[in-house]
Amino acid sequence: MSEQKTKVTVATVWLDGCSGCHMSLIDMDERLIELAQYIDVVYSPLVDRKDYPEAVDVALVEGAISSSEDLEKIKKIRAHTKILIALGDCAVAANVPSIRNIFKASDILSRGYLENVTAQPQLPNDPTIPTLLPVVRPIHEIVPVDVFVQGCPPSADTIYTVITELLAGRMPVVTELTRPGA
Amino acid sequence: MTAPTRSHIKTLKIDGKDYSGHEEETILDIARQNDLFLPTLCQIDGLSVAGACRLCLVEVKTWNNRLVPACTTHVEEGIEVLTHSERIDNYRRMILELLFSEGNHVCAVCVSNGNCELQALAQKLGMDHVRFPNLRPVRVVDMTHDRFVLDRNRCVLCARCVRVCDEIEGAHTWDITGRGIDARIISDLDTPWGSSDTCTRCGKCVNIYPVGALVEKGSAIGEMVKHHDFLEYIAEMREARE
Repeated sequence: MSEQKTKVTVATVWLDGCSGCHMSLIDMDERLIELAQYIDVVYSPLVDRKDYPEAVDVALVEGAISSSEDLEKIKKIRAHTKILIALGDCAVAANVPSIRNIFKASDILSRGYLENVTAQPQLPNDPTIPTLLPVVRPIHEIVPVDVFVQGCPPSADTIYTVITELLAGRMPVVTELTRPGA
Repeated sequence: MTAPTRSHIKTLKIDGKDYSGHEEETILDIARQNDLFLPTLCQIDGLSVAGACRLCLVEVKTWNNRLVPACTTHVEEGIEVLTHSERIDNYRRMILELLFSEGNHVCAVCVSNGNCELQALAQKLGMDHVRFPNLRPVRVVDMTHDRFVLDRNRCVLCARCVRVCDEIEGAHTWDITGRGIDARIISDLDTPWGSSDTCTRCGKCVNIYPVGALVEKGSAIGEMVKHHDFLEYIAEMREARE
């Protein structure tokens, strides 16, 4: 009979961030091979799956909530995830994307698509393009978050500690390893 | 017969242990002398005490568990002080979160990233996120000075700049106007810093500021390293002269 244990399912999500947190994740280098014995990445910008799975053990979410799509996604992720980790300063504090919050979303769009454009200035109006929310928010202002991992981006060591602590059955506390802007 | 002289030395308990201090000393002084950690942001040796940030608050058990700032509270005979408890630590984190929730404290794009007292305290006190939504006040950046920048969005109103300019440089260029969320640093009579008649361009305010609100022009992210050893030196020299 097979003695193989079921692996922990992990999703990594990229919302409004620069993907730096995902770069940091990959920066775990050979430790990824070690982790692959215990975890199964079921949804991620790095794997070819378009819709969020029914049940995920751990989701590492990078990025702030800036658009209608982010909002929809994070609610779905929360509903189908056991442990939701806000990964990096954008997820934890809205960070750089939130600097636009002192302006109106419509002003930002017209600055980017009308004022500074010479060829065919027009606002995006295709229904498949997500609309900007009036205010960029951190994840915990929308849905409950289980673990906060600050850093821009959090280091590979920090992310490795978070994952291995969870695998050991403990809730990670990483404020000593990382800080906002780290 | 002479009347018994009143003792200037007071005995108090901090975290259950006995300490003594001169009546002109504060709870913070005694804590520092005995290597007991109390977080501070507005306080800096060499300047007068402001009691602005409230991070050093301690609980005085003998005063009905009242919370008082250690930097402004003088020692008294028989008081029992608590420097850490779940309640105090929670309030300190909350104070930090309230500072972070007002204005722009995005460390990732700050010239003081890695050299910031607010950021360091957030880590030291275990603040892993801010529970309060950001209030996004609209605050004006003053770039009129040829050497320095004042970014009010990053200001924590510690008033170190006001004090160093008045007490050490003797220029008194800075003041705080307004109340609550409208409070802001102004130069002279709320005129642009670059046109100030009183500013001596000494840079003391820039070097003493704990965060990235007063900085040198042209610094990039993380480049603004502050040097405030001058303050200790001047304070020492003044004391020697007295």
